[in-house]
Amino acid sequence: MKWDEFFVTGDPLIYGAMVSIVLVSLAILFGLTYYKKWGYLWREWLTTVDHKKIGVMYIICALLMLFRGGVDALLMRAQTAAPEMKFLDAQHYNEIFTTHGVIMILFMAMPFIFGLMNVIVPLQIGARDVAFPKLNAISFWLFFAGAMLFNISFIIGGSPDAGWSAYFPLASIEFSPTVGNNYYSLSLQISGIGTLLTGVNFIVTILKMRAPGMTLMRMPMFTWSVLITCLIIIFAFPVLTIALLLMMFDRLFGSQFFTMANGGMDMLWANLFWVWGHPEVYIVILPAFGIFSEIISTFARKNLYGYTSMVMSMVVISALSFLVWAHHFYTMGQGAMVNGFFSITTMAIAVPTGVKIFNWLFTLHKGRISFTTPMLYSLAFIPIFTIGGVTGVMLAMASADYQYHNTMFLVAHFHYVLIPGAVFAVIAGFHYWFPKVFGFRLNERLGKMAFWFIAISFNVTFFPMFFLGLQGMTRRTYTYSEETGFGPLNLLSMIGAIGLAIGFILLVYNIYWSTRYQPRDKTGDPWDARALEWSTPSPVPVYNFAVTPKVKGRDAFWFAKKNNEPLSDEKITKIHMPSNTGKPFVLGVAFFFLGFFLVFSWWTPSIIAGIAVLIILATMSFERDHGYYIPAEEIVQTEQKLRGDTV
Amino acid sequence: MFLSVVLLLSGCSSLTVLDPKGPAARTLSDTIIFSILMMIGVLVVVYVLYIYMLTKYRARKSNEGYEPPHEEGNIWLEITWTAIPIIIVAILSVVTVKTTVAVENVPEGYESQKPLVIYASSSNWKWHFSYPEEGIETVNYVNIPTHRPIEFRLYSFGTITSFWIPQLHGQKYAMSDMITKLNMVAEEPGSMMGRNANFNGEGFAHMEFEALAMSAPEYEKWVDDVKATAPELTEDEFNKLLNTAHVGRMTFSSTHLEFSPPPEEGHHHGSGGDHSSDESPDTEHDGHHGQDEHDNHDEQDSHDGH
Repeated sequence: MKWDEFFVTGDPLIYGAMVSIVLVSLAILFGLTYYKKWGYLWREWLTTVDHKKIGVMYIICALLMLFRGGVDALLMRAQTAAPEMKFLDAQHYNEIFTTHGVIMILFMAMPFIFGLMNVIVPLQIGARDVAFPKLNAISFWLFFAGAMLFNISFIIGGSPDAGWSAYFPLASIEFSPTVGNNYYSLSLQISGIGTLLTGVNFIVTILKMRAPGMTLMRMPMFTWSVLITCLIIIFAFPVLTIALLLMMFDRLFGSQFFTMANGGMDMLWANLFWVWGHPEVYIVILPAFGIFSEIISTFARKNLYGYTSMVMSMVVISALSFLVWAHHFYTMGQGAMVNGFFSITTMAIAVPTGVKIFNWLFTLHKGRISFTTPMLYSLAFIPIFTIGGVTGVMLAMASADYQYHNTMFLVAHFHYVLIPGAVFAVIAGFHYWFPKVFGFRLNERLGKMAFWFIAISFNVTFFPMFFLGLQGMTRRTYTYSEETGFGPLNLLSMIGAIGLAIGFILLVYNIYWSTRYQPRDKTGDPWDARALEWSTPSPVPVYNFAVTPKVKGRDAFWFAKKNNEPLSDEKITKIHMPSNTGKPFVLGVAFFFLGFFLVFSWWTPSIIAGIAVLIILATMSFERDHGYYIPAEEIVQTEQKLRGDTV
Repeated sequence: MFLSVVLLLSGCSSLTVLDPKGPAARTLSDTIIFSILMMIGVLVVVYVLYIYMLTKYRARKSNEGYEPPHEEGNIWLEITWTAIPIIIVAILSVVTVKTTVAVENVPEGYESQKPLVIYASSSNWKWHFSYPEEGIETVNYVNIPTHRPIEFRLYSFGTITSFWIPQLHGQKYAMSDMITKLNMVAEEPGSMMGRNANFNGEGFAHMEFEALAMSAPEYEKWVDDVKATAPELTEDEFNKLLNTAHVGRMTFSSTHLEFSPPPEEGHHHGSGGDHSSDESPDTEHDGHHGQDEHDNHDEQDSHDGH
């Protein structure tokens, strides 16, 4: 292989990216060495099994990926801003919309949600950590290995270019001979293992580690949403894993599962992909529903309306999510009866979703609503997501979908679902729980400025796309002629995209500004909130709760505050904690190299990396580690320091 | 905002999808407008409640110290907002099933006529249109008579494509291992945009064709002209054509179906079929596709209503 086949060459944008990657890497290495932070990085982060730190690492990665995917989006909008643009060529555009989709769903939305659930779920149920802390670290490092593997593809070897859904035969070796789709197959397999492990870990955590008195029906809604999400994960992700495995065999080892020849079935890929792909939508949306439930209830200063129906509706949504996959290809010619069935199951999802919308509205009813930044995102979610929902019902109608399918109408719809449904939620959750983790709130003025930029620009960007779709503009089209008349609306959309970019830059600037200037919160409960996580001091000490709280009902912390009762009257005793370990990180590195070598079909190095993975797993299996104890005096001291004199 | 949307939709013929030139597309356009109106109704209810809650219950100086009540929920309210959406979904389901059946079949009023069969097959980034009865073939444009049912039979020589003439009908996939069908009628003469709607690689953006509807006599005349003047399509030339990425318009006085028959209907794979053991469309044009010759009758789609 020649070097110019290995590195992507010929595009100034990519050369620029390479230079900046090298410079940033050097700067990081230099900075770590100069400030003597290598030891700190290793001890406090790379080897940590603390769910809060793992959560923070997930969120940092997700923010980085948000910008990577966001730049992809800006490039796409720039290329289509006017007819016959010559900014990107077809191949480059195809790679960019593919990576935009994969990154935003799998390496932005999912890790952001995993980050929040890592930080918050153990705190909401009164636990000291997740059930399997070391496994949790493995999940993170496998996700990280997968994400990095996917991201280097645009400078080494070329990115996947067959769309995020990678339909066969287009994604087969015959029509996509570069290594791009090998990256797709391998990086998603690696991070997918991590996701699956997270699913198992959190189910066990939520089912087995709740504080005494916290029955299932007393759990905070976010924890409920995570439990149901994890159930979807363990049913849906194996399908993706197998589909990707078959894809890898097709592309690397010459099998014919999805090819055109020898009885391969291209449609099988589409079915497998969406059997996972549709539940995946709910994997990112249900936790969002949970986040909104927490925030709306906190800032309306009311308990969540219709708790039981909120739980039931999520259960129904999760079941229905497995019965709708064929609506992604009504146009495959299954005939009217099959399409009719999937139309009805799809529209049925609108019913439990509507129940949730009305429950949120009635949580606001008779409340006292304060418009903080997290609340603004949550409130903006309702009207915007409802547009996404009703256009979803329109798309669910098989006959009408024959006209919407593959058009910008669809693109508008799923952005109207995923941006308010997932992105607003994680940003809202980020602002809401930030003080819990870091001990100070993000600045409200900057936060609201960013919010208005994001909320307004979002509509400017995506509302025109409904009309573009009805005008006949297909998605994934890198250029169009003047006569089509698509120009003006695309230009409008580009202007919106710039506004979105400004909003997100303000959001990050707010993190920087607030870190320097925001006053520190000593109460641990800056929003006057309701769930158990707010009963701990901020930043949360490593052991979470000095004494395990006793739960007498929903919104336990709220009623403890109102009635002036302590959450527990037990004495502080020594606390058992898991010890740090570097093996999950090393395992992630080994998996990264295994994936990388397989992408290029370098067999000997692949086998060596594969053996390394097995050895690490074996040593982990035979390791005896009983953790350590934090003595009671140390806990008392920490609590006093964090809470001032209140304890 | 949404009233303006309705006005825009009803009055605006620049929206291709809502400017139908035939009964199938008209059914779809009516379905779309009906669903938009229903959905605007839903949006209005949500928005009115939303604005009411936000204005009435916002924190003000005047209600400082107000402690909101504890409310578990209300069973009747919850039944209401479960039942009404169920009714809406039920109405939409009936409409969906009816219209889906309608647009899958030959449009109403045209069932008695014998449809004109046109095979539309895609390769790389071009469309081949074969008229088996007339014995002619075109590339990247298709002429059709008005007021006569047309049965497009779709398949692909490679990637999945989606055949779409938005002013006549919605789209349907063309795949390498089975035939799919689209029934449509053009009721007005004129030129319409047709294209592949399903992303299939580098040349996707330019994979368009013109669909030209003309009166029956004009159509007959065009067919006769083609037969008299256009060259024959030889197997060699066709194979060369398949391997070319982009071409302009072409016209031939014979079809490729004679030496490269289409895949069978309703069978999911083994595109060779019973009668085509050495002439399946994929075996010839390049070395990649060794087809599985014995059709193993995997009746995956036998339930699909053919």
